[in-house]
Amino acid sequence: MADRRKMKRGKGEGGIRNVIVLDNVNIAYSDANGVPALMDINLKIQKGEFVFIVGDSGSGKSTLIKLLLRELTADSGRVIVNGYDLGKMHHRQVPKFRRGLGVVFQDFRLLKDRNVFENVAFAERIVMKREKDIRKDVPNMLSMVGLAGKYKAKPKQLSGGEQQRVAVARALINSPTILLADEPTGNLDYRNTNDIMKLLEQINQSGTTVVVVTHNRDIVNEMHKRVITLKQGVIVSDEKEGEYIDE
Amino acid sequence: MNSPFFYAFGQGIRNIFRNKWYSLASLATISTCLFVFGIFVAVVFNVNHIVSTVEEGVSVTVYFNEGIEQERIDQIQDLVKNRPEVSRCDFISADEAWAEFSQKLGENAEGFTENPLANSENLQIYLSDVSKQAELVSYLETVEGIRKINKSELTANTLTGVNKVIAYVSIGMIVLLLAVSVFLISNTVTIGISVRKEEISIMKYVGATDFFVRAPFVFEGMIIGLIGSVIPVLVIYYLYNFAFRFLYNNFSFLNDYISYVPAMTVFQFLLPVSLIIGVGIGFFGSFFTVRKHLHV
Repeated sequence: MADRRKMKRGKGEGGIRNVIVLDNVNIAYSDANGVPALMDINLKIQKGEFVFIVGDSGSGKSTLIKLLLRELTADSGRVIVNGYDLGKMHHRQVPKFRRGLGVVFQDFRLLKDRNVFENVAFAERIVMKREKDIRKDVPNMLSMVGLAGKYKAKPKQLSGGEQQRVAVARALINSPTILLADEPTGNLDYRNTNDIMKLLEQINQSGTTVVVVTHNRDIVNEMHKRVITLKQGVIVSDEKEGEYIDE
Repeated sequence: MNSPFFYAFGQGIRNIFRNKWYSLASLATISTCLFVFGIFVAVVFNVNHIVSTVEEGVSVTVYFNEGIEQERIDQIQDLVKNRPEVSRCDFISADEAWAEFSQKLGENAEGFTENPLANSENLQIYLSDVSKQAELVSYLETVEGIRKINKSELTANTLTGVNKVIAYVSIGMIVLLLAVSVFLISNTVTIGISVRKEEISIMKYVGATDFFVRAPFVFEGMIIGLIGSVIPVLVIYYLYNFAFRFLYNNFSFLNDYISYVPAMTVFQFLLPVSLIIGVGIGFFGSFFTVRKHLHV
């Protein structure tokens, strides 16, 4: 069975409550002389949570996101996302796993030669949605992110904030259970940063688990969400909603 | 159209237009390589054809012992005909020999009341491979009833040498041109795809399968390869016909000595070979280059 490595919902640590579980995870890059990028990471994120992962450059934030995306695999320990044990996952299962995630990057990563509609529709095309449904879903999603009138525009004709909205629309079009955002406001000004964070909060309120990696302390302070702080590959603090105080 | 196959095909065609400069560069590279290759093939075909024509004209003439029975002549003719290196074996009777010779003599032949070539009935033997002449002559020397064998050793040896040189040079050049074509075309395909590796990684992050990512690139490569190989073959076909007519009309004195390979013969070889090279490299080049970027 293709899904035999997906743990049954409600059972085990990656069950229905915890959509992300990291259990004694270690990883080191081969070109870093064995210096670990992440050390003994233990982490649980529940369904519907909004979590910030913060830390300085080199703290392991991006490595963590890459592990969750199954772009990297841990050297030891277990990484369970959406019930999939990523360490045991076959390369062929990765696409199906990723369709349950929405991903937003700092540099937007839009297909430059396709317009807004096609960029968002692409995520639906890969799951072979019917053209009729795509024509209905994409405009709805673009309306939700405030880009209804720009569906014909190419990425280079949009501002940074607008491009990030397109990326968010693409990430959400297949109704993922988890949205991973890696520095989503890194290339945006203050106003666009606020708009994007409001959009992410709105998405979270509709039930999607949102994990945001950022080094922007201001937005973390303003939003009063759970904050996990990484330092040199180790979790140094994990503060629940409202507990985080910027040092 | 929800079939992944049709979607990938459609995307492949769209990609060609989306990346029109890359497509044009690839087309130009493939077409140029295959054009040079095709021209060379056409030249080689014709040189080989000319040499073969000359070879076909080289004959060994066998004269019989005096008073030989016609039955024995027929037996010798059968023996010779059955040899693998013999392409044709014509019996020329004494009367036929005299008729031909007297034509050359013209009025001078009128003085003869009897056939002065009464003893000159012979077999004219044409070889399919002129390098086997010595072998045939050795055999003929063992056959009873043969008085004399006329052969042109120098012509045969020269032609054999020329044939060898042409064969080695042709094979060498074809292999070299093919290698250069394969290298240039696959480089173009590799560069064209490598600059789009970000596009591939985006597709993978969104959850596209390897097939879904790879198929449009492979179709794109195959379509460019197909067009890139058909264009030079068609151009060569028309150029060849043009050159053929030009030589035929303007250098008619050559027509008695040289015959050219028909365009269709060259075309029948060139089209499938070019298609295999163009489409094949388009397919394999895209397939393997995309694979390098799939592990995201």
